[in-house]
Amino acid sequence: MATGDVKLLGAGASPYVNRVQIALNIKSENYEFLEEKLGSKSELLLKSNPIHKKIPVLIHDDKPICESLVIVQYIDDVWTSGPSILPSDPYDRAIARFWAAYVDDKWFPLMKELRMAEGEEAKAAAIEKIVEVLVVLEEAFVKCSKGKAFFGGDSIGFLDIAFGSFLGWLKVTEKMGEMRLLSEAKTPNLVEWAERFCCDDAVKDVLPKTEKLIEIFKIMQARAKAPPSN
Amino acid sequence: MAANDVKLLGAWPSPFVMRVRMALKIKAVDYEFLEEKMGSNNDILHKSELLLKSNPVYKKIPVLIHGDKPICESLVIVQYIDEVWTSGSSILPSDPFDRAIARFWAAYIEDKWVPSLRSIGMAESEEAKKAAMEQVEEGLGLLEDAFVKCSKGKNFFSGDQVGYLDITLGCYLGWLKVTEKMNNVKLLDGAKTPGLDKWAERFCSDVAVKDVMPETEKLIEFAKVLFAKLRAASPN
Repeated sequence: MATGDVKLLGAGASPYVNRVQIALNIKSENYEFLEEKLGSKSELLLKSNPIHKKIPVLIHDDKPICESLVIVQYIDDVWTSGPSILPSDPYDRAIARFWAAYVDDKWFPLMKELRMAEGEEAKAAAIEKIVEVLVVLEEAFVKCSKGKAFFGGDSIGFLDIAFGSFLGWLKVTEKMGEMRLLSEAKTPNLVEWAERFCCDDAVKDVLPKTEKLIEIFKIMQARAKAPPSN
Repeated sequence: MAANDVKLLGAWPSPFVMRVRMALKIKAVDYEFLEEKMGSNNDILHKSELLLKSNPVYKKIPVLIHGDKPICESLVIVQYIDEVWTSGSSILPSDPFDRAIARFWAAYIEDKWVPSLRSIGMAESEEAKKAAMEQVEEGLGLLEDAFVKCSKGKNFFSGDQVGYLDITLGCYLGWLKVTEKMNNVKLLDGAKTPGLDKWAERFCSDVAVKDVMPETEKLIEFAKVLFAKLRAASPN
């Protein structure tokens, strides 16, 4: 398949954008990264994703594709000569899709809850729920990996990308809250997986460093607290 | 494939279950339909041992059990069916960009449109109900545009035959009619969304759909029982 013209509208700090970057790296696909500025939406973004007005948007030969996991599957469907992102067996694909949806529908909202939690009690309650969910994902990892390094087996795949893209922000939450969400005690396999994932060639230049994300977090917090301006 | 190799845990009123049944019909796959029973007292569903064992994460229907392996989440199941039974007609488009568009709109329907439809029934004030109805209509406006683009002049979102996006949205047509009847309002309006209006009629009469979509009257009866249980469950 001809590579054609590939652009990615996004921001380096967004885990959803990181998913797409990792997928493109797996396929060794070159692309032009058009970085959206924090706090504003470009004309191109509004035109390419009029429904949600959100990043990431992949623009392939002038055709926009939106929604991170839809984009990742598109990349897998188009660039067939590179390593596969989704498993080849239909049942394993179903399991990968199931858990990817779980990450977005169950895990991520809890992280949001923790960020918004006010007071020690609310925070502790949110942390407990997050750890419970991580224990479920630990079990999923054991089943999916079948003793290998990643959810996807020997190399990173769909579920690794879906969940691993959040590791940068997970570390920020741990550092700023001075606690561990992933721990050797409760989620030993995930702890090791996380390290392997972050060092993977397709990932290491994509996930921003914790310090950088903390800076961005502080900027976002300040903006949220500042009086609204037109 | 032997019929007893494929089981579906579900319930006839559930749109999510309907999606799976339509997909199985398209592929002409025989299956055993194991119906979960309505719960006693205030439980909506009495959840069977098999359901709790097969879907421990969500404890929800539908669950497809193929040769003892459970698959959960309706759209995951539909894609699984499409990938396993390759001799029947395709459910997802073959072109990667068309697939991405179908998946995008399916996600929109799940994440935005269905919640707005559901919130009509849950609305606690006339104002809230009106706002929810407006959202549903707005969504249908967007889906009308999507229909025109995706169908490219043909009968269904997928083209000549019922496919992924048709199933994802179409399974809600019964409940949409129930909502319209019970609130004496028109949400799917031929004047505002002519493409969708005609599509809805074609969809409901399609061979993959007509034996799976319950009659509106039957759904209304069920809705009354369901809402009574939901009201009894909340202390207000």
